[in-house]
Amino acid sequence: MAGPMKMRATLAGGYTDVRVLMTHPMATEQQTKGQPHFIQNLTVKVNGKTVVEGQISQAISRNPVFSFRLSGGAKGDKIEVSWLDNKGDTNKTETAVA
Amino acid sequence: MRAIMGSAALALAIFPAWAQQSPYADYQRMTAESAPIELFELGGEELWKRKQGPKSVSLEQCDLGQGPGELKGAYAGLPRYFKDADRVMDLETRLLHCMMTLQGRSREDATKRVFGNADSPSEMELLSMYVAGKSHGMPMRPGTSHPKEKATYQLGQKLYFHRAGPWDFSCASCHGEEGKRIRMSELPVLFKPQYARPLMATWPAYRVSTSSVVTLQWRMNDCYRQMRMPEPQFGSDTTVALITFMTVNAEGVPYRGPAIKR
Amino acid sequence: MIVKRRGLLKVAGAMGAVLVAGLLKPVAALAATWNKEAFGSKSAADALNRLGTSGAEANSGIVIEAPQIAENGAVVPIEVTSRIPGTTSIAVLVDKNPYPLVARFDFMEGALPFVKLNAKMGETSDVRVVATAGGKHYVATKEIKVTIGGCGG
Repeated sequence: MAGPMKMRATLAGGYTDVRVLMTHPMATEQQTKGQPHFIQNLTVKVNGKTVVEGQISQAISRNPVFSFRLSGGAKGDKIEVSWLDNKGDTNKTETAVA
Repeated sequence: MRAIMGSAALALAIFPAWAQQSPYADYQRMTAESAPIELFELGGEELWKRKQGPKSVSLEQCDLGQGPGELKGAYAGLPRYFKDADRVMDLETRLLHCMMTLQGRSREDATKRVFGNADSPSEMELLSMYVAGKSHGMPMRPGTSHPKEKATYQLGQKLYFHRAGPWDFSCASCHGEEGKRIRMSELPVLFKPQYARPLMATWPAYRVSTSSVVTLQWRMNDCYRQMRMPEPQFGSDTTVALITFMTVNAEGVPYRGPAIKR
Repeated sequence: MIVKRRGLLKVAGAMGAVLVAGLLKPVAALAATWNKEAFGSKSAADALNRLGTSGAEANSGIVIEAPQIAENGAVVPIEVTSRIPGTTSIAVLVDKNPYPLVARFDFMEGALPFVKLNAKMGETSDVRVVATAGGKHYVATKEIKVTIGGCGG
């Protein structure tokens, strides 16, 4: 069961700053003695359109925090970030650009 | 973790003026900007609002010093004297008080698991993150005028220098001289405001080395463990006195937390 | 300290109940491509080969902002921007990690070639960033020293 996920999207100078926090153990092979548990895919969408596709590994820190920048952007744009881990668990969060 | 550069060599190479500018300034700034703090604040908020205990009541009417349910600035005003308990309390002892009085929980029940871990922070840890977050940016002004507040400060001061245990340690054994460190961590001299301030402004915190939330009650408990002394009771006069001593020494510093630590 | 199951479940419930958004879409709707070979490579060169980005040429248009020295290797913040026009993807590697490839991002129209992430580093190492623009690959590196602090508490 996925833990809390939180995101903030704010207009900066000419771009939209997106900061997303996710709860996940991101447990390595070494830590789990061969049964790693980590997020593998990350997708960022703006108003339903995919703009970033991320593939990440067990070398990303526990409880990952990512920052992205979107070109332009306007107040109210709908940003969605979703993840999928190596066990098939998923989570997602949405926010409007402030 | 395998071979890292030899601490001594690294120290000499990079930190000729040890106590001046921290070599970790960039690291601390960048981690602060991308710390998962809010996740724990959210967890604490949920617990604050959750009905628990035999009375099936939330903590929302808990008086942390600014009035029932008033969270803004509450952490910045702690520790302080509370008339209803007739003692000085820090955040965690006050939360425990509310769990017992408002929610009707027994001390045993409420303190069953006060310190959590990476997989599962404790209730106290999450609540501490949430409440402390509501004081972000505000100057820390613990109570100092009430006679019991003064007495608590003095007890804390005595305890800071009191040597005991099989190794004859006191807090001052490690935190008593400027320019000292353990491996790569600087040891702040907590009876001097210039060192107490940046430290007390950053608790509770998310600790990256253990991926867990740490609070001041935990820190007191763990320091006593490291000094090979008996485990202090959660919220005991000892722990509250030490926390009071250090917080008063830091008086006036804008609260920067909840923070992120190594 | 023995963690009592009841306490654990209680707090796990608290964490679960605070989901900002639940599972609204089926798993199938999410991207599932994950370059297993590249992420399983034990050398940076090998990983880059598997990513199809070998032979990258050094380019100062890739800006890596990271602390010179990290207080702990569990969380090392790394910020990457590519100033190379037409950058469509960025790969981040830590040369001395057991599996050097840390992450790879593909940027489509609407996103700037920028990412900030927290990586685990096992020891002092070069961070290597490869950017792809117009079918060509470029690379920049930066060393981050990793230390250990505290008294194991």
